[in-house]
Amino acid sequence: MTVTTKQRVPAVEGFFTLGEEPHLIGGRMADAGGYCFPLHLGGADPDHPAAAVVEVLLSRTGRIWSFTNSAYPPPPPFILTEPYVPVVVAAVELEVERMVVLGQVAPGWTVEDLEVGMEVELVLGVLYEDDEREYLTWQWQPVGPSADGQV
Amino acid sequence: MDEIAVLGVGMHPWGKWGRNFAEYGVHAAREALADAGVDWRDVGFVSGAITVRCGYPGYVAGSTFARALGFTGAQVASSYAACASGVTALSVARGQILSGACDVALVVGADTTPKGFLAPAEGDRPDDTDWLRFHMVGATNPVYFALHARRRMALHGATPEDFALVKAKNSRHGVHNPNARYPKEYGVEDVANSPVVSDPLRLLEICATSDGGAALVVSSMDYARSRGAGDPVRVAGLSTVTPTYPDTVIDLPYLATDSSAGSEVPELGFKESIGARVYEEAGLGPVDVDVAEVYDLSSALELDWYEQLGLCEVGGAESLLRSGATSIGGRIPVNPSGGLGAFGEAVPAQAIAQVCELTWQLRGQAGHRQVEGARVGVTANQGLFGHGSSVLVRR
Repeated sequence: MTVTTKQRVPAVEGFFTLGEEPHLIGGRMADAGGYCFPLHLGGADPDHPAAAVVEVLLSRTGRIWSFTNSAYPPPPPFILTEPYVPVVVAAVELEVERMVVLGQVAPGWTVEDLEVGMEVELVLGVLYEDDEREYLTWQWQPVGPSADGQV
Repeated sequence: MDEIAVLGVGMHPWGKWGRNFAEYGVHAAREALADAGVDWRDVGFVSGAITVRCGYPGYVAGSTFARALGFTGAQVASSYAACASGVTALSVARGQILSGACDVALVVGADTTPKGFLAPAEGDRPDDTDWLRFHMVGATNPVYFALHARRRMALHGATPEDFALVKAKNSRHGVHNPNARYPKEYGVEDVANSPVVSDPLRLLEICATSDGGAALVVSSMDYARSRGAGDPVRVAGLSTVTPTYPDTVIDLPYLATDSSAGSEVPELGFKESIGARVYEEAGLGPVDVDVAEVYDLSSALELDWYEQLGLCEVGGAESLLRSGATSIGGRIPVNPSGGLGAFGEAVPAQAIAQVCELTWQLRGQAGHRQVEGARVGVTANQGLFGHGSSVLVRR
């Protein structure tokens, strides 16, 4: 038996950096200080049009603003993996950026494990895969012991 | 703001009929014309609210309805603003009337919907936030509704029972509505026994997608008087505002809020600004409102609207609900029609249907749903991508 390691690639390019400590790739209005995510969709500041947005890495940690799950499988363009495990979603407040960013919660965590105000950090997780590749998305993971008690 | 008259209203019952949307729109339009006593040939302008669910925008709503009613050479326009399409179509008609381009206009919206979650059109579109939120996160519409419900629980101590009580109230109202899709009374325990869709919200608390149609015949005040309509229901305010930067509350279909790191947060949030605009136009305030129709896409969102429309203070919605004030017979009944909980949403028709209900209420024609002595009513709604929608009607 051979163990193959699939290539890990972003499901869509340009949303996050790869590596041990990934960051979301956002934008900052060059002279105003406001941020946006994702970078390529720009911001809505009437004083600073999208053309003035420069690429920045957003904070890796934040606090849960709210959370929920999707007990039923989301429709396409979500790519369903059987058996479906309910997607858990958190909206996370980034302190420096003063914005809230949506994302899946890392596998193994359910809504019962989460609270508003809980500290989370950014990780990358597998959104779907094929024979050659794992397609990644960003996920929020509570800081501290994991859901099953392991650090 | 100058007022226009609502001369006639009409609806096609909501359901899952599976027929062409134009059929529902024509049914509603004919009802509205008959209600107004206006001949179709006298309508100078047709304002259609667009459905996107027929594959492509080739079904340009205004002309599709106009052709189905018979082409008369009337002027036409079509509006798309997702859930706010109906009020956008009404705002176009109001502009035509107040500019003098026409005396009387028909506003009509209708939809035929597929089963299940609303989802974006097919194809890979990584530059479309509506596509990205499904693909990269799996964030359906109920996910956003539930984020707001959970936030309400954390901020204001709301409970799942509070949310279920909204559904129960609206279902009691909807029993008396012949146009409602679900004229059935549900209790708190029925809600609790329905499956979770997005925690903490359950199936009976999430708006379904429905077929339906609604129409208004609106005119200048002079035209109304010339027709002998001395005291018609009038549109006194209309709001189609966009958010003001920075909008710091996460909402459909975005992956992130605006950032307030470089800007002052506006005094009013987006949803608060929708109502503020309509009150300003009408020269009235929340204290003047007798009845409201708000978008209960989820049970919990109705509670947010109480506060966003100024019907109670922030954090006071649960008390207002539990006091019975928002039930028919209370101080400020909300969703006497039964709301989306009793209808399910027919997107381009729904904001028009809200105005139909308030018109019947202000005329005293709402039967067992009647809010006694209602003189001022307000609607509230919001369309995907930042479309405010609110109408204030008065006698």
